[in-house]
Amino acid sequence: MASLRDIQGRINSTKKTRKITSAMQMVSASKMSKAEQNTKAFEPYSKKIQEVMANIANSTSDASHPMLENREIKKSGYLVITADKGLVGAYNSNVLKALYRTIQERHQSKDEYTIIAIGRMGYEFCKKMELPIAKSVVGIADQPDFADIKALASETVQLYTDEEIDELHMFYNHYVSAISQQVTSAQLLPITNLQESGGSNSDYEYEPNEQQILDVLLPQYAESLIYGALLDSKASEHAASMTAMKSATDNAGELIDDLTLTYNRVRQAAITQEITEISGGVAALE
Amino acid sequence: MKTLTVSVVTPDGPILEDSFQMVSCKAESGELGILPGHIPLVAPLSISAVRLKGENDTERLAVNGGFMEVRPDKVTILAQSAETPSDIDVKRAEAAKTRAEQRLQSKQDNIDYQRAELALQRAINRLHVAK
Repeated sequence: MASLRDIQGRINSTKKTRKITSAMQMVSASKMSKAEQNTKAFEPYSKKIQEVMANIANSTSDASHPMLENREIKKSGYLVITADKGLVGAYNSNVLKALYRTIQERHQSKDEYTIIAIGRMGYEFCKKMELPIAKSVVGIADQPDFADIKALASETVQLYTDEEIDELHMFYNHYVSAISQQVTSAQLLPITNLQESGGSNSDYEYEPNEQQILDVLLPQYAESLIYGALLDSKASEHAASMTAMKSATDNAGELIDDLTLTYNRVRQAAITQEITEISGGVAALE
Repeated sequence: MKTLTVSVVTPDGPILEDSFQMVSCKAESGELGILPGHIPLVAPLSISAVRLKGENDTERLAVNGGFMEVRPDKVTILAQSAETPSDIDVKRAEAAKTRAEQRLQSKQDNIDYQRAELALQRAINRLHVAK
């Protein structure tokens, strides 16, 4: 049986760990609510841009754009958003698993796809599995600005425009609630689901013409989708981290309870033994 | 006097929402002036200053990369970034301007002229609005 000192040492160190994890839980909680606000702030922009896009798509013009057309797929692009660090439960592994499975199902050779990684975990995973990486960004702020991601977003859209990739899929964790995040994969390019989004049917004048509006609007739309996904996955990251830290704190608490019980038992056993020894000694003297 | 509701929205959140009498801005095809009751219109904006004329003063905004959607009683400007004069960091804009100028002047092959040009335009626009 472990000595009293050993057990006391373990209790103390577990208590310290619990302090840290519960502090991290609170930090994540506040980051999460901030991230939620960011997502809300972004909403009017994305709604409006979608509305205008839908209007143009629904209008009876023959304006076309490569970003709206399906072309033969020679190379696919996968944009994967992960966290920069661990301590977030299954957050990273879920999204990477989904990515890996999709790649295994759809592609035979490495020339058929490329990966754009946001976040260190995704980048390192691809490095380790020797998957081709076209672009990557690590060390994104917890509350990212549009400026942080703009370069990557426009370069990614550029890859499509230059026909280096013929489609683009996104993999990220969608924020459902504080305790639930869902791995989501969505096709970003070519843009296909515009008609469904509907919107008000006012007839616009286009200045100078629809074609030029599309040239400006479509890349901006695609970039905004990437930014939206990033905000969404940042919110899930903080939520996942909060949940992970909460369960770590709970586990530490349970461990401390168990250890305290053992500690008391050992202490009692020692006392009992001492008394037995004393009374044994007294009995021997009589 | 009739007014227009103008809202300026960026990915980082709404910048401004208020009513004004007139909006004038520079679209890619030229200057545009919007008064209340304008027909619905969509136009891309160049990197430029947007002037919002109110009751007795004029507000200015530095807008970068975006477009405007006009309805008879409402103007929405969607931009990748938009700043009011008080938000502009003049020192930073000046530094960006010098940097872009240097880059354009250094005759190396490996620089992205288009990007430097755009950066220069943005910096000049910001400084112009901040004054």
